[in-house]
Amino acid sequence: MTFVIDILLLAMLAATAITITRLRSLFAAAMLTGVYSFLSACWMTALDAVDVAFTEAAVGAGISTVIMLAALALTTREEKRPKHSRILPLFVVCATGAVLIYGTLDMPRFGDPAAPVHQTVAPRYLQSYEETHIPNVVTSVLASFRGYDTLGETAVVFTAGIGVMLLLVRSKRLKQDRKSKNNESEEPAQDNPKKKDPKNHIAENCIL
Amino acid sequence: MYAVAIVSVLATMFLAVSRAFAGPTVFDRILAVNTFGTATVLFISVYVFMGGRPDFLDLALVYALLNFIGTIAVLKFLQFGNLAVGGEDEGGLDS
Repeated sequence: MTFVIDILLLAMLAATAITITRLRSLFAAAMLTGVYSFLSACWMTALDAVDVAFTEAAVGAGISTVIMLAALALTTREEKRPKHSRILPLFVVCATGAVLIYGTLDMPRFGDPAAPVHQTVAPRYLQSYEETHIPNVVTSVLASFRGYDTLGETAVVFTAGIGVMLLLVRSKRLKQDRKSKNNESEEPAQDNPKKKDPKNHIAENCIL
Repeated sequence: MYAVAIVSVLATMFLAVSRAFAGPTVFDRILAVNTFGTATVLFISVYVFMGGRPDFLDLALVYALLNFIGTIAVLKFLQFGNLAVGGEDEGGLDS
């Protein structure tokens, strides 16, 4: 049963990926990346990697589609036809994929109990309640065994957040300054004739 | 019983995906992605019960919330061209 589910999920994943590369409309491609993210979350759940599926839910399904659309508003709606031939990129992609598949040949089989990862540190982590007194194994690894690592990660994410906030606040303030200057110099109703109908132009351009 | 349920959910996913591939207008695609998200929630729920570990149902809940918010965000973006618009000012960017 799980075999059939795996085959069906992977077939839909491959079909979605191929369709994304073939579509010329960027909006449709952005929407299909959402489908791709949902599919890969299903696939990760089928592989018992529920925490990765959770991350995919937080990042892939919700945020990245919206960020793609926001980027789409700044560019055109249609992808241009490439001027160069597509043989070389296809060859590079196939070669990279073949190297990656070759790299997995040495790895232990999926779920193999004799794999090194299940033999070295995992038993100690599973017995870690006496050491750390944290009932959840994942939390004990993240917060206790890898405490410094998690602290560093948190610092990195915090710094990135502060940087983004500073940039956003700065651009907002610049825009406000410009607006107030425009209000002083002339009537605000005619200061930007280009923006006369911004509400509908995206929807109109996106309908294929 | 779980097997029949999961096969039906997979069939629904397949139909939604083909609509997302074909969809002539943008709204067909948005609706297909939304349907696909709902099918994902159902798939994860049925799958974790089939595997005998219903504690992973939280994942399906997160997906249900995100699917709703994501669809709202995409539609709002199409309507206003901007996410930083309050719902009460009807004019969108004009105001």
